[in-house]
Amino acid sequence: MSRVVPLRRPGLWGASAVVAVLVALVALSVFRNPNIRHDVVGQYQFAPAILRGLELTIVLALLAAAIGIVLGVLLAVMRVSSSPILRLASAGYTWLVRGTPLLVQILIWGNLALLFEHIGPFRTNDVLTPFVASVIALGLNEAAYMAEIVRGGILSVDRGQADASLALGMSRALAMRRIILPQALRVIVPPAGNQFISLLKATSLVSVIAGGDLLTAAENIASANLHTIELMLVATFWYLVLTTITSVAQHFAERRLARGSLALHGRP
Amino acid sequence: MVRAQGVRKRFRRTEVLKGIDLDVRRGEVLCLIGPSGSGKSTFLRCVNHLEQIDDGRIHVDGELIGYSERGDALHELHERDVCRQRAAIGMVFQRFNLFPHMTALDNVIEAPIRVRRESRTEASERARALLARVGLAQKAQAYPAELSGGQQQRVAIARALAMQPKLMLFDEPTSALDPELVGEVLAVMRGLADDGMTMIVVTHEMAFAREAGHRIAFMDDGTIVESGAPRDVLANPSHARTRAFLSRLLAAS
Repeated sequence: MSRVVPLRRPGLWGASAVVAVLVALVALSVFRNPNIRHDVVGQYQFAPAILRGLELTIVLALLAAAIGIVLGVLLAVMRVSSSPILRLASAGYTWLVRGTPLLVQILIWGNLALLFEHIGPFRTNDVLTPFVASVIALGLNEAAYMAEIVRGGILSVDRGQADASLALGMSRALAMRRIILPQALRVIVPPAGNQFISLLKATSLVSVIAGGDLLTAAENIASANLHTIELMLVATFWYLVLTTITSVAQHFAERRLARGSLALHGRP
Repeated sequence: MVRAQGVRKRFRRTEVLKGIDLDVRRGEVLCLIGPSGSGKSTFLRCVNHLEQIDDGRIHVDGELIGYSERGDALHELHERDVCRQRAAIGMVFQRFNLFPHMTALDNVIEAPIRVRRESRTEASERARALLARVGLAQKAQAYPAELSGGQQQRVAIARALAMQPKLMLFDEPTSALDPELVGEVLAVMRGLADDGMTMIVVTHEMAFAREAGHRIAFMDDGTIVESGAPRDVLANPSHARTRAFLSRLLAAS
């Protein structure tokens, strides 16, 4: 038996040391900075107002993601349909929503009462509360991105799968639901996970229409006590918790979807 | 069982089928041979309406495929009716096209359960019998990626048979296989032929065409150049194009 001696890589060690020192310096400059009141951070980390904001951020993200997935799948199926009008409508929607800043969309939905005073028999401002406007703006925006992700997934499935399904007597809808979409899911989940993380962070934009989310709550407190950085640190902590949980969930979803794939069985 | 009359098909500007007339009797095994690009596979895909035809008619078991004739016009059938027609016609593909996210057994029972509304127990029972028939009783729980090409193709045959078709279409079923795996698939097909299944087989396997085929049709450039008993067509082709194709094939093998 001979021993394997790894190659010495002094450059790598050097670079690692430099990075470690830099990180330590930045961390120290924050923690030992006399302008940061760590007791304020601690005081508000679990404050009821912050937790209510956190809850609303989560609800907002989940609702918007649900709208995004349902509408996104619909838009994607329209995009690959045989009707040119459906294809064009889907492409046009994506063009419009992806081509404008989300902040602008949120402001438009939040101020829709200026355009339409009434929606049917209701006063716009009664129906379109900041929360509802936030859900709609985020959901519709999410749908445009999900549509592209789902479309990519559908296109990644071999055409032979549709042939085989149809040849067995399946309708196009059944083939899509049972054969094509489940396979597309493997390609869809990684970018959809990233998209959900973006969405979690994008919920913070609804603070511009007083959406009542985590950032709105933090800003409200900060504007009263002027501890802006401290409250942003409070928000930062919670956003990191949410995105970390999402990343872990995404990891497990990807592992589960690998069933039957080459990677799992390691055989061609 | 199958009657094609004047079938024409165009892709954009190129006409790939230039008037195909073909009859296949019940229980007959017809082997469709010819150079690649001659329209064999396209014709096969027209028989179960995976491709729409531009002119002519295809009848399977007396029923016009894909259209209904009212007055002097052909009306496209509703998807529901096309599905019903396709369900009675089995098809096996060159690249197997098994559903990779399902086990072999699930591949076989999917259509009987979802399309024919059979119970899971009933479908599974028949599926196991079919898998045993193609020699894969042990592989019911295997995913396609865990099977060899020959095994995958045999599962694909079982999957098509699960719908109890009256006609089987084979689109170059052994062309994507390693040479040593061709035999096991041809053996299953021979068994089917012996049981009296009506089959149209697009193939380059002349040995199979000679032994299991009742008739050979040679296609070139979108037309059927000649057809007849395998012995006659293979030994004494009457057309120069058939002779040229067969000698090229012989030289290659």
